Amino acid sequence: MYKLRATILKDIRILTRDRVGLILMFVMPIVLAIVITAVQNSTFELVNDSKVPLLLCNKDNGAASRQLIASLEKMGRFQLTQITGDNSDQQIREKMRLKDALVAVVIPADFSAGIDAKSQQVARKALNDFGVQGDSSTIASQVLQPLTFYYHPVLQQSFRNSLQGALRSVLQLVESREIVKTLYLSLNEKELPLELENDIINNQVVINEVPVSRDGSRNIPNATQHNIPAWTVFAMFFVVISLGSSVVREKLNGSFVRLKTLPTSYLVALVSKQVTYMGVTLAQAGVIFAIGVYLFPAMGLPQLNLPSDISGLLIVTLICGWCAVSYAICIGVFAQTQEQANGFGAVTIVILAAIGGVLVPSFAMPSSFNFIMKFSPLHWCLEAYYGLFLEGGKLKDILMNILPLSIMIIFIQAITLWGLKRKNLI
Amino acid sequence: MSVSAISIRNLSFSYQQQQGNCFSNLNLEIGEGERFGLFGPNGAGKTTLMNCMTGLLQPQSGTIELLGIPVLKHRGSVNHLFGLVPQEFSFYQELSPLENLEFFGAWYGLRRNEIKERATMLLKILSLDLVKNKQVQQFSGGMKRRMNLAIGVFHKPQILFLDEPTVGVDVETRQAIISYLKELNNMGTTLIYTSHQLSEAEELCDRAALIDAGKIIVHGSLSALLLQHKEAQLEGLYLKLTGKKYEGL
Repeated sequence: MYKLRATILKDIRILTRDRVGLILMFVMPIVLAIVITAVQNSTFELVNDSKVPLLLCNKDNGAASRQLIASLEKMGRFQLTQITGDNSDQQIREKMRLKDALVAVVIPADFSAGIDAKSQQVARKALNDFGVQGDSSTIASQVLQPLTFYYHPVLQQSFRNSLQGALRSVLQLVESREIVKTLYLSLNEKELPLELENDIINNQVVINEVPVSRDGSRNIPNATQHNIPAWTVFAMFFVVISLGSSVVREKLNGSFVRLKTLPTSYLVALVSKQVTYMGVTLAQAGVIFAIGVYLFPAMGLPQLNLPSDISGLLIVTLICGWCAVSYAICIGVFAQTQEQANGFGAVTIVILAAIGGVLVPSFAMPSSFNFIMKFSPLHWCLEAYYGLFLEGGKLKDILMNILPLSIMIIFIQAITLWGLKRKNLI
Repeated sequence: MSVSAISIRNLSFSYQQQQGNCFSNLNLEIGEGERFGLFGPNGAGKTTLMNCMTGLLQPQSGTIELLGIPVLKHRGSVNHLFGLVPQEFSFYQELSPLENLEFFGAWYGLRRNEIKERATMLLKILSLDLVKNKQVQQFSGGMKRRMNLAIGVFHKPQILFLDEPTVGVDVETRQAIISYLKELNNMGTTLIYTSHQLSEAEELCDRAALIDAGKIIVHGSLSALLLQHKEAQLEGLYLKLTGKKYEGL
């Protein structure tokens, strides 16, 4: 036991004197967590809270286009700037740049006439189906011209889809309103009363959002709740840079030759490294969580809500840390040079993070990745953390994530031991 | 019957990527308390032989015993018997001399109070006591050599392997190291020593073996070898027997 304690003390001393290594292990993930949460939070706010600047060019003079504009304003999603209808395509593009508008919509000249014709057609068809003889006069055939939607190339597909969805819902409202009004007029031979119009059209069913949590809490997940666990896992696995090269450095420098001739197994050194660096990963998680809880609110970012099961959080952090440390040691044992350990270690961690759902949410990945992601230890770490942070689960709820992680640890440790034996290091 | 400090019988060794044997059927006996020198040109196999004796390399055939214990069969018990001072610095540069000794002492299996006592004494003998808390990476080459030696002898080994222990140091440090090694030998430690410093070897060794191309050309008492080959100095003997130009300093 004294040998192990002395070795741990030696490792801690060397670690604390390696300032670059400490910066890589602590400062870099903290900066990553802050920057990415801030960026994602602003995107989150842009999608949910902020008004999107929209340039509106109305070439139509009818009632439907006015209704459309009124509905867009009422929706509160867009910050509308209207420009005259005589602007050309090139002028609209130029004005988008000048006014910093992310999107622009052009309502075609015959928009209202088109809506009107469509509503008359639909109303007549409906009346025929009801067995009521509608107006027998012919309706001039009118092709409904499309709205043109300009967007800034920086807008991602998902965001564009969300904006188009909002536009479509407003368009649907305008069309429905016209159809109902036409139907009412045909049936009652008088205008639809405003009160009834509001009851029919505007009295929409409210959608109540409920996050499905295990503990029944209704905390709405935010960018912090997603990012802090993800970047904590990433930071833990990034110890490969410090630990992997530490193992290689020890193998390459003269001290290893001496260690091999001493009456103590090199396994003691490896156990010491695991204990020391598990402490490091625990400290990393503690620091990043503390930043999420205390610093983020002061920076205007959403606060991190810690899970109710703190002991579960500690166990998950220890297991994730152990897996990260095992992986780093394995890389260190097989690498011939520090460059190999750093290069291979860093690249594989980024790849495992990508397929594990740290960089892109796993639900947004192609279906072919559903199988591959299961081979990434970062995936299981993240799932375990999300089980606690987002779903409000307890340790028993995430055992199915811990189990594959434990199997991976055993597998990586076995490969490490095999490598040590093969290289005659133990 | 007295036990040899080192007994090598029919040793054959070759590196995996190398064609032909590095050693073939090599035999050597080194008595307890001897100051034995291994000499030869670069690539002769001195360090390889020393690595076989310390168990760092595994021979293809033959046996090596340290104080009667087979090296490969009883690594655990053999490792207590000897100390190694490799040619390259074999310690943690980020640690101080005291911290290095605390760590290596624990790995030698010494108790905490033993480590404290021996470290204080050894650092004083090797004139490192005033810098015992400074990181070794700030040291001069000579101080690092003394540090390298301190770790090798820290557990009071019965056999001490020294691979070029004074390379790259000034005269003063060299004298200090040689003087300390003689003192250790007087206390019963067997010294196995390789060097290109033949004048230094003459001063330190009482017996020697000359190795070339994996073979022991001659071995025996230094004075007897010089007398037998009618040479006044080891350098002359070396050049005569190897037929090579001296590659030392």
